[in-house]
Amino acid sequence: MANFYETGPAKPVTESVRVDKVTPGARARHNIRAAAVILFAIIGLIPIFIMVVTAFKTRADVVAVPPKVLFQPTLEGFVFLLTERVVLPPAALAEKKQSLEQLDWMERVAMASGQTITGPSDYVRRLWNSVIIAGISTLISVFLGLLAAYAFSRFPIAGKDDLLFFILSTRMLPAVVVTIPLFLMYRQFGLHDTHLGMILLYTAFNLSLAVWLLKGFIDEIPKEYEEAALVDGYSRMQAFRKIVIPQAATGIAATTVFSVIFAWNEYAFALMLTSEEARTAPPSIATMLGRGGIEWSAIAAGSLGFLIPVVIVTFILRKYLLRGVTFGAIRQ
Amino acid sequence: MSSVELRNVSKRFSMVDALSDVSFSIKDGEFFVLLGPTGAGKTTTLRVIAALEKQDAGSVYFDGESADHLQPAERDVAMVFQQYSLYPTMTVWDNLAFPLRSPMRNVPQAEIEKRIADVAEKLRITHLLDRKTARLSGGEMQRVAIGRAIVRQPRIFLMDEPLSNLDAKLREALRVELQHLQKTQGDTTLLVTHDQIEALTMADRIAVLDRGRIIQIGTPAEIYDKPASTFVATLVGTPRINLLPVRRQDGSLFIENSELHIPVPTTVPLPEQLLLGIRPEDVRIAAGGPHAGQISLTEPLGVETIVHIQSGRQTLLSLMSGITNIKVGDGVTFSLFQERLHLFETDGRRIV
Repeated sequence: MANFYETGPAKPVTESVRVDKVTPGARARHNIRAAAVILFAIIGLIPIFIMVVTAFKTRADVVAVPPKVLFQPTLEGFVFLLTERVVLPPAALAEKKQSLEQLDWMERVAMASGQTITGPSDYVRRLWNSVIIAGISTLISVFLGLLAAYAFSRFPIAGKDDLLFFILSTRMLPAVVVTIPLFLMYRQFGLHDTHLGMILLYTAFNLSLAVWLLKGFIDEIPKEYEEAALVDGYSRMQAFRKIVIPQAATGIAATTVFSVIFAWNEYAFALMLTSEEARTAPPSIATMLGRGGIEWSAIAAGSLGFLIPVVIVTFILRKYLLRGVTFGAIRQ
Repeated sequence: MSSVELRNVSKRFSMVDALSDVSFSIKDGEFFVLLGPTGAGKTTTLRVIAALEKQDAGSVYFDGESADHLQPAERDVAMVFQQYSLYPTMTVWDNLAFPLRSPMRNVPQAEIEKRIADVAEKLRITHLLDRKTARLSGGEMQRVAIGRAIVRQPRIFLMDEPLSNLDAKLREALRVELQHLQKTQGDTTLLVTHDQIEALTMADRIAVLDRGRIIQIGTPAEIYDKPASTFVATLVGTPRINLLPVRRQDGSLFIENSELHIPVPTTVPLPEQLLLGIRPEDVRIAAGGPHAGQISLTEPLGVETIVHIQSGRQTLLSLMSGITNIKVGDGVTFSLFQERLHLFETDGRRIV
């Protein structure tokens, strides 16, 4: 056999197992833990599973008791979600059935329940509102939060602790308490039902979280790195951009996700402060409940669409998040 | 390269005087070492020169011109930090390129590549250039940190305990390397250390610092042979200098709590109570010596042996070359090298 120390292992070493982790007892414990995690994940995923399934069921299948596990999937929910329809009188319906071939698939789906499409619904527009408002408010609050956190972390600021507490205190009031005054203010300033108004509001709310979270992350970066950069011939801002930001990447990612999730899910303010132009997805899905019978499949389809952007953002940032959400507890 | 001068620099941190009235000048091409115990203000001095800290009073001069208004980037100094401070998100190559890519310098790409290749060669880190800095050993990190300093030609190198985080063997090797590098390139260098051996071996001149004050500035020989105070005398030299309280009486110096006495070695008027310092190598065990004592301990180190000689309630350390066959309990006679005695006031100031 060739000398191990010269040639190295025969196969590439891709994993390592601690010697004390291979006994039967340790393995059993590992398996039990794994089973518990899987069980927990399944329980957690059941509502989402029901939502996905419901989105593809017909109206009859949705309300069937016991619930149908096997069913004929249909896009009825999605068509109902994306369109405005009227119920056709029987005569008109019969007439329309004659020219079935000329109808597109959405019309055909609508006609199956005796309706015809009169135009697109505002669901897509409201989802888009959510994307714009959540996206821009997150960008602004993370950007401002980063600068503020850096200043708080590195410079002697008079009354620093009081200021930090003051920033945190903006989160202490429950949303319902401030909605009425905000509503009156927004109406006065013409911010009611505008994108700008919602972006300002969410930025203000997220900024305190961003400052506090990011300050923690920046505190952990030794200031010697920036000092080295200063001596190497860079200005404060250049050092911040080239040295601090790359090291704060996990913190920035975690803050971004938290901000996006807050702005995306926010319901109370959006319900009170928007009506048509800037209405976001959460209140509009809720109002679907009240329109001529409960369209469960449409609601499920709407919720599904609502879920996707958050999943995308979290997925993109996941490699930073794993370390980020532990708040640097496992640093080195 | 430049000369650097500090004039009457003082710096206070909330309650402590980190530096009080510190003045010294470093000549162009000189290897200058700041030596002192922890908390003496060595690092603060470096940071003031680099403008990472603003002094409360006094001035810093580069080549005779005040540098007080210059930002860290404009001072054009290179610093090696104690914790290395290599940029963790970059490779070794990018770390070395970082100072050259500064918008203040605008070094062309070809020149950057050439200089990094040169430096990597010099420090034997060429094989590490593509690595992330977190994947380096302590010695390798230290080399890269030094490389990042010497890749450009700054006015002065500031080194903050660059060897203190390394194990003894590596420290010795890098010490020699550092000295060689400085001598061949003729760089003005200010090194901070608490290790007297580093100071003695590398420095052209040493400044001894204690609690924010300069105690003595001089060549290693002056510091060792003419310590300005008992503080300097005990800080420099291993084994430590023998410091004994003595009483002057009738032209003799009597060492307290012992039988030992010697003739007054100088014509300078002496106070009645004083401290006598004598380095272990100047305590010579020899047959027929004028003083007698008993061996209380021997510490053989191979090259030399430290022998503890007891006389009365005083113990003197003596240094003998090689390993000796003297045993604990043996009675010996010894002499004190009369020309190399150090006399201090009881408050520690040197008398002669």
